Formats: sequence, structure tokens, C-alpha cells
Amino acid sequence: MYNLVSYITLLPLLGFLINGLFGKKLHSERLSGLIGSGVIGASFTIAAMMFLEMLRTPVEDRSHVITVFNWMSAGSLSINVAYQVDQLSILMTLIVTGVGFLIHVYSIGYMHGDPAFWRFFAYLNLFIFMMLNLVLANNFLLMFLGWEGVGLCSYLLIGFWHDKKFDTGGYKTGSATTSDAAKKAFVVNRIGDFGFLIAMFLIFNLFGSLTFEDVFSRASALVTAGDKTIFWITLLLFVGATGKSAQIPLFVWLPDAMAGPTPVSALIHAATMVTAGVYMVARCSILYALAPATMEIVAIIGVATALFAATMGLVQNDIKKVLAYSTISQLGYMFLGLGVGGFASGIFHVMTHAFFKALLFLGAGAVIHAMHEEQDIQNMGGLKSKMPTTYKTFLVAALAIAGIPPLSGFFSKDEILFRAFTQGSVVFWLIGWVTAGLTAFYMFRLVSLTFEGEERWGHDKHPHEAPRVMTVPLIVLAVLSIVGGLVGIPVSLGGGNAIEHWLEPVFERAQTHLSTATEISSSLEYILMAASVIAGIAGIYLARLLYLKRTEVATKLSTSFKGIYRLLWNKYYVDEVYDVTVVTPTVKISDKLLWKGVDVNVIDGMVNVTAKLTAGASGWLRRIQGGVAQGYALAFVVGVIVILGILILR
Amino acid sequence: MDFLGSELLAIAPVLSVTILSLLVLVVESLVTDSEKISYWVSVFGLLICGAISISTLDLTGNVFNHMVNVGGYGSLFATLFTTAALLTVVLSRDYLRKEHVSFGEFYLLILFSTVGMMLMAAAADLIIIFLGLELMSICLYVLAGFMRKRSISNEAALKYFLLGAFATGFLLFGIALLYGAAGTTNISYIVENYGKLAASPLFWVGLGLLMVGFAFKVGGVPFHMWIPDVYQGSPTTVSGFMATGAKAAAFSAFILVFAHQEFESGEKVHTALAFIAAASMIVGNIVAISQSNVKRMLAYSSIAHAGYMLAGLAAGNQLGRTGILFYLVTYTFMNIGAFGVLSVLEREEEKNLTFDDYAGLGTKRPFLAALMSIFMLSLAGIPPFAGFFGKYYVFVAAINAHLTWLVIVGVLTSVISVYYYLRLVMMMYFQESELQFTQPSSVSSLAVLTIAALAVVEIGVFPSSILSLINNLY
Repeated sequence: MYNLVSYITLLPLLGFLINGLFGKKLHSERLSGLIGSGVIGASFTIAAMMFLEMLRTPVEDRSHVITVFNWMSAGSLSINVAYQVDQLSILMTLIVTGVGFLIHVYSIGYMHGDPAFWRFFAYLNLFIFMMLNLVLANNFLLMFLGWEGVGLCSYLLIGFWHDKKFDTGGYKTGSATTSDAAKKAFVVNRIGDFGFLIAMFLIFNLFGSLTFEDVFSRASALVTAGDKTIFWITLLLFVGATGKSAQIPLFVWLPDAMAGPTPVSALIHAATMVTAGVYMVARCSILYALAPATMEIVAIIGVATALFAATMGLVQNDIKKVLAYSTISQLGYMFLGLGVGGFASGIFHVMTHAFFKALLFLGAGAVIHAMHEEQDIQNMGGLKSKMPTTYKTFLVAALAIAGIPPLSGFFSKDEILFRAFTQGSVVFWLIGWVTAGLTAFYMFRLVSLTFEGEERWGHDKHPHEAPRVMTVPLIVLAVLSIVGGLVGIPVSLGGGNAIEHWLEPVFERAQTHLSTATEISSSLEYILMAASVIAGIAGIYLARLLYLKRTEVATKLSTSFKGIYRLLWNKYYVDEVYDVTVVTPTVKISDKLLWKGVDVNVIDGMVNVTAKLTAGASGWLRRIQGGVAQGYALAFVVGVIVILGILILR
Repeated sequence: MDFLGSELLAIAPVLSVTILSLLVLVVESLVTDSEKISYWVSVFGLLICGAISISTLDLTGNVFNHMVNVGGYGSLFATLFTTAALLTVVLSRDYLRKEHVSFGEFYLLILFSTVGMMLMAAAADLIIIFLGLELMSICLYVLAGFMRKRSISNEAALKYFLLGAFATGFLLFGIALLYGAAGTTNISYIVENYGKLAASPLFWVGLGLLMVGFAFKVGGVPFHMWIPDVYQGSPTTVSGFMATGAKAAAFSAFILVFAHQEFESGEKVHTALAFIAAASMIVGNIVAISQSNVKRMLAYSSIAHAGYMLAGLAAGNQLGRTGILFYLVTYTFMNIGAFGVLSVLEREEEKNLTFDDYAGLGTKRPFLAALMSIFMLSLAGIPPFAGFFGKYYVFVAAINAHLTWLVIVGVLTSVISVYYYLRLVMMMYFQESELQFTQPSSVSSLAVLTIAALAVVEIGVFPSSILSLINNLY
């Protein structure tokens, strides 16, 4: 059964090859879409079957390594293309293929009429292939292949409409296109990847292997022996995670990545790729457990990002930008969970977030479609009667992310906040709690401005409900957003916290190194829950008050707190600061010194001289080849003399 | 009789190709307008012979009174030669028609030369090597001049024959001297008694002349002078066959005599080989960059590749032997492929053979251009294509044998080689021209070229598929 795992990854690759090589010749959206979604659906089916199989087997038999082939071996380095099938990877696989399948189906409707329809599906399939390699890999190198691969696909898909104009929000003047956004995402990610790469070198240097099992089983012995490298390994890996998962300081690419088609934002920049960093940290949980200092850093970065991004989300007017900042903020939550040692809670939030955030993005896509590419929520309003299904599902997702029980977001967020309080510190919890209130506020600001209130759009627009192929995925995701949290109902509420038990064996090694929380009274748990529900409801109430009933107050607030408003509106000027401190100097040095100085004069000069010498030698040597057979024989005889000379005289 | 029967069975690969040759010979003499029949008999016969060769891979031992080795090494080469012959035969049909020399004798000569090659690889005795070498060479002399109405083809045949005879003289003289020193021409006897024989200068002169003879056949500098003229003048598919099958055959004998554990202490032999290797890499690659004719460029490139493989031989260790065999397999596919593309695009009277003629091929004949790019990139040794691993293994072997200087020469000249290989790719994709490529290409030719390209990619991605075969030999 588990041997089928290679088909899970192969099918999307097959889809990529078919659509990539023959897509143009198919001349059929229906066929391209069918192939593109079909392979993912098939992958999901296999994964689901494996999951059911795993449910039936006893806990100790659930982890398997399936070796597909030997990828490379050189000296002591031997890397297999091998997949680690266990509780964690099967969960991620289900999320990637399941949510991925829904988004593929949705894209059939969303991308309808696009001249490069087939290319879109080819890229999406390639992305799924890479993402599955990332989550299923049993060694760091294969994971890195997936890691780089999803980055590449992200680049290709952000710039899918490569000549489309795109608004950078001010930090870059002139006409920017989506290609610039794609480039920014790629370059920023490369900075993180560099950290990952160095970490991998350190791991190989320290352990002599890149296989997870080898590394994780030997790690604790090395730390007891006093090795400090683990700190640097975990920190550098986390640098990689901040790039891929858009955390401080490398979060700047994600808002710009919204320039891509909306299904891409849903799949890559909300549900799957951006959670790769969370998955990676969770996979390496034992290493992090052995490096408490890094854990602390992870938690601080996580909680800071959560708050920071949420505040920026408060004032955005682009429907997708609001969701982008919300994603960054929610990813911050996940890292907070990981950082305080609640690995399962982080993964739990990955799952529920995949449901409701994909839903939000797809809903936003439906709105953008209906409004003829309008993305500014100030020009929307009153859409709920025009697009009832989209509205209802969007509302479900908004309630879920706001943490209203019993929707999925409540359970996962609450689990993280509870961990933050008991295993971290009160400060972590407090910031997380404030962020929860802000989340509810900006989400319902979005809902109110988009779907409710008066219509603020021109008469040239005729918004209508999206076709079935788009609404059905919305409904499925809405159901998942409602019930998805039920697998993680805490014990105090009479649940079994199934997901934590499910993941327990994966994090077993790590947990032995972490201080187990002392018995917590369930009354504290109830108080914390009530607090977060209050924060959520307060946020919702305030947003509805400000943006539906007392709209003048909102305007007044933005004028009377003009300084803060502008600071938030300009996203704390982070892009501008990076531009002045990093981008511009790098470009200037590259241009003036490295290119026009070093490259043109020194390197090209050396190359040109060598080339001239070689060409000269060539012209001279070819003259020996005169075309006369006697001359050839003469050279032959000279050769004979030399050879015999070497053999006899030496 | 029973004894003889089992011995004949043991050399089934050689025997089957011999029977096939005789069959074609009979067809040629009895049937008028026999070209078609000869072609199909050759194609199917070679397929069967290839299968027979593969089936004998696991055999060991020798037959006919220590004259011929059975199975293993010989069978691996037999498979390689039949493959090369098959690809050449299929590619040649279109080419010969185009050049109006569509005669069935062509296939006959290819088959007979294949028998010669197989004998060389299976030889246990120097006399058998000589026998095979001559059988192969004489067929190739005729093949070189196959376009008999064209002066350049005649020139090629005559030059090849004159210089080939000259080199054979040295080779035979070498064998004679070795016989004088050792009292036998049995290879394993000579190798085993190396310690005793090394005292005699006669032995060294004999070994030196033998080395010269082989170096001539593989195209090592300074015994390479015939190669550009002969490759350029011969029918293009024959050039491909010479550059792969004949070269591999010469190497198979070269390895049989010179690559032995016993020689690992024989510094002198390796110094001499390293000298030829370095000279070949330098001259082959440097002169190739100033060629304007693609066929001639490939001729020089084949000299350079002989240099790389000789570096593996000069290393004189296990990895070197594995490396050359691996190299020969990959080289066969990429070079037959490259010459094959040339033969498809070539027009009568030596047209469409210069670099300039390839301008714009990428848009006019995208499939052929893509295949040619694969072959060029592989020849240049760029991963993930097979050529990279070939070079990698021989260079690692040379480093292990402390021939670092040779590897430096090899790597630097490889860099030079990238220039002329990529120049062709650049011409195909980044240049425009008015020239039209109207000549049709048959499905069979394209299929053969595709197979060669797939092999180049497959071996490049999974080098262990060939490597495990080779490692079973030692």
C-alpha cells in the first residue's frame, strides 16, 4: 500500500508533462483542465487510501520509508529519492492534494478564456509535484529540491500575466509589471534558501548524512556531548523558513505576490507553499527542541510577525492585500505555536488555515471576477445580494479566522494561544490575544465593505454569481472550515484532541527534551477561551459599527490619527527601508563596480586574452595538417620515436 | 565434433554476425536489385545478433586453444558494435539514396567490419587482434571510398589505406617483437610474465610499436593526421561508424593489452599513454575551434575524445578501466547521433555542412535542432547528459593515479571544446538565414536519432544502469 506513494508524486508530474508538452496542441480548455485536476484528484485518492490504511494499523507501524531510487552517491554522500510516509507527511499530503484539487477545479472556471490556459495548469501541476516532494522527502536534499521547486513555480505563477501592470504601493516608481513582483518573490526567497543551504552543509558536516532518521536519531547524543552547532543549524533553517513562510524580516514579497492570478494566491501563497517553513520546523522538531535559544527566537519572530502584519492589514483597500497580510499574520501564529513547543498546534493551524484562507482567496477571486478585475474594496459594497453563495461561504471563512466557536479557526488558534500562555509567557499570549481581536476587525471590515452596505460601484459593472465550477469548491471548503476544527477539540471541552494524538509519535523525540507543562486547571483554559472569543466578537462588532453604521467615525479616526494611519498605509516603510539600505546599494555596486569595473575589464579582459591566444594556437596548429600523406607519415614516425624513447630510455 | 560444436556455440556473437554477412553476400550475388533485401536482412539480423550478444554476457572462459575469450567483456563490446552497426545501417539508407550510391554492398561491408571489431574485443591472442583489426580496416577503407565518383571520397580511401597499412606494419612488427621476447602471442601469458619480460629491451620496443598501432586506430596525437581528411571525405554515416564502432574496437584491444593490474607498477607505459592523451586533448580541441566544416569539427572532436579516454587508460587503475568502457558506450550514442543529424541535413555535393548552414535550424527543423543540441551538450560534457559522467569517471581515475597535470589539461581543453560545440547550438537557435532545409527525413532515421538522444539522456540521469553492467565484468 505505502509503495503507492511514488504515484502520489508522479501523477502531478505526468500532468505537468502532458499539459506542458502538448497543452498548446490540445486546443481544449476542457481537456487541459480535466487532466490538470484529474491527476491531483487521483493523487488525493491514493493519499486518502493510505491515510485510511494508516488509521487501521497500530501506532508503531505507521511510519514507513519508501525508497524509489538512488539519486546520487559520491564518496560518503548517498542520497536516495525516498519518501517518508508517516502521520505528519500524510496529513500534509492530504492538505496539499485535497485543497490543491479544489483549487484546480476552481481554476477551470477562473482561468476560462485565458490564451495560456494549458500553461497555467502545467505550472500548477508542477507546483503540486514539488510541494509533495517537499513534504514527503525523507532527507534534506530532496526536501530542498521541493523547496526550490515550489519557489520556482511561485515565480512562474506570480508572473503568469507577465506584462500586466501592477501597483507596488509606492516603493517603486515607474511602471512595474507582475514580472517585477515575481522577481522580488524569487530574490527574497533566495536569501532564505541560502540559509537553508548553509544549514544543510552544516548538517552534513556534523552528521555525515542528510537523511532525517540519521540526523534526528543522533542529534541528542551530540548535544549532550556539548556540540553547539545545532543552534546555528536550527537558526539557519529558520532563516529559510522566514523566507518561504513570509516572516520578519523576509515577509515583504508576499503582499506583492498577490499580483498573480487569484487561484495561485489561494494555493501557493495561502494554503500550501507558505506553510512549508512551518512544516520544515515541525519536521525538525527534535533539532529545535535541542536548541532552546532558537525556539525562543522562533516564538518571538512568530508573535511579532502576527501583530505587525495584522496592523498593516487594518488599512489595506485591496481585497487580496488584506488577505495577504492576514496570511502573514496567521503564519506568525503558527510559528508562535512551534516556538513554544506546541508543534502539533502549529500543524493543526496549518490545516485549518489552509481551509479557510483558501476559501477566502477563492471567494475574493469570485468577487474580482464579478467586478471585472476591480480589487479596491472602497469601490465595492452590497454584493451579498448579487453573489449569495460567495457571500455565505466568505462569511463562514471570516468567522472561522476570527475564532468564533465552533468553527475550525477557533480550536486551532485557541490551542496555540493556550500553549503560548502555559509553555511560553504571558506576553506572548497577550500579543496573540490582541492580534486575534485585530484579525476579527480587519476581516469584518473586509466583509462589510465588500458585501454589505451600499453599492459603491459604477453602472458599467454587472456583478453576478460565479459559475458552478467555482462555487462548488467554495462550498466544500466552507464545510471544511466549519468542521475542520472538530479533530482538535481540547479535552476540557469534552473532545479528544485527536490531531495531537495522531501527531504525537512524530514529535515524541522532541517532547522528551521539552519541559512538559504542569497540570493546568481547566478553569484557566476556560478563561483563556472566553477571552479569545470576546476578542473576536469585539473585533467583529467594532468593524461592523465603524464600516456599516457609523462610517463617518472611520473617516474621522483616519484623519485624527493621520500619523499612525500613514505609517500603516505605507506598511511601516519597510519596503522603502530595504530599498535604500539593501537594494539600491547592491544594484549600484553591481552596476558600477562589479559589472563595469571588475567584470568588463578584469574578467572579460582575461577571457578575451585567453581566447585570442587559443585562436592563435588553433590557426598555427591547423597548418600542420597540410593534406599531404607523406607529411602525416612523418608525424607518425616522430610519434614512434617519442613513444619508444619514453619506453626504453626511462 | 561435439567439442567443436560447443566451442562454436561459445562464440555465438561473432559467429552470428559472420553468418549474417555471408547471407547478405549470397543475396548480393544472386538477386538483382538486392539493396532492399540486404537492408532488411541486415536490420533484422543485427537485432538478433544484438540479442545473442546480450545473452552471452554472463559467460566466461576461452575457447579454440586460448585464442578467443567468451562472454563478458567481449559480449559487452559485441552488443555495442551491433548497436552501432544497426544505427549506422538504418541512418545510411536515406543517405546513400540521396548520394545516388544506394548499393547493397554497403551493408555487407558494415557487417564484415563488425565481425572484425567483435573479434578484436574477444581476442585472447595478439594474432586474433590483428586478424580482427585487418578485417575491420579493409572494409572501412572500401567504405571510405564508397562514393567512388567523388574525388574527396577517393582521397579519403587512399589516405586511409596508405596510412593504415603503414600503421599496421608497425603493429605487426610489434607483435613479432613481442613474440620474440615472450615466445608466445598469448596475451594473458605476456601479461602474467611481465616482471620477467620487462628486463628485455625487445619487449619494450614490441610493446611500444603495439601501442603506436593502437594509438593510430583510436586517433591519438601524433598518429591522428588521417582522421580529419578521412572523416570529411567518407560518407557521413561511415564517418560516424568509424568514430564510434572502429574507435571502440581499437580501444577494446588497447584495453585488453594495456589495462592490467600487472602494469600498474609499469610507470613507463602510463607515461607514454599520458603523453598521447595530453597531446590528443590539446591538438584535438584547439584545432577544432578553427574549423568551419561541422564534419571536420567532429573529426577533431573525436581526436579530443580519444584523448579523454586515453587519460582513463593512462590512469591504469580499476576506475580508469570502468571509466573508458562507460565513456565508449556514451560516446557511441552521442557521436552516431551527431553524425546522423549531419547525414540527414546534408545535401548532395557536400552541401549544408558548414556552421553557417546551420543558422536558423532551431525554427526550421526544431526537432532535429533539439536532438543536435542534446548531442552537442553531451559531447561538451554538460550534465545531465551522459558525456558528463564519462569525462567525470576518467578524470577521477586519473586523479587517483596522481596524474593531476593530465586532468588539468583535460579540464582546460574541455572548456575550449565548449566553444565549438555551443557555437553550433548558437548558430541553430540565435542566427537567421535564408537557407531552406527541404530535404525530407525518413521516420526510421528520426527514430534512430531519437533513440540515440534518449540513450544519452537516460545514461546521463541514471549512470548506474551502464555502470553496473561494466562492474560485473571485473
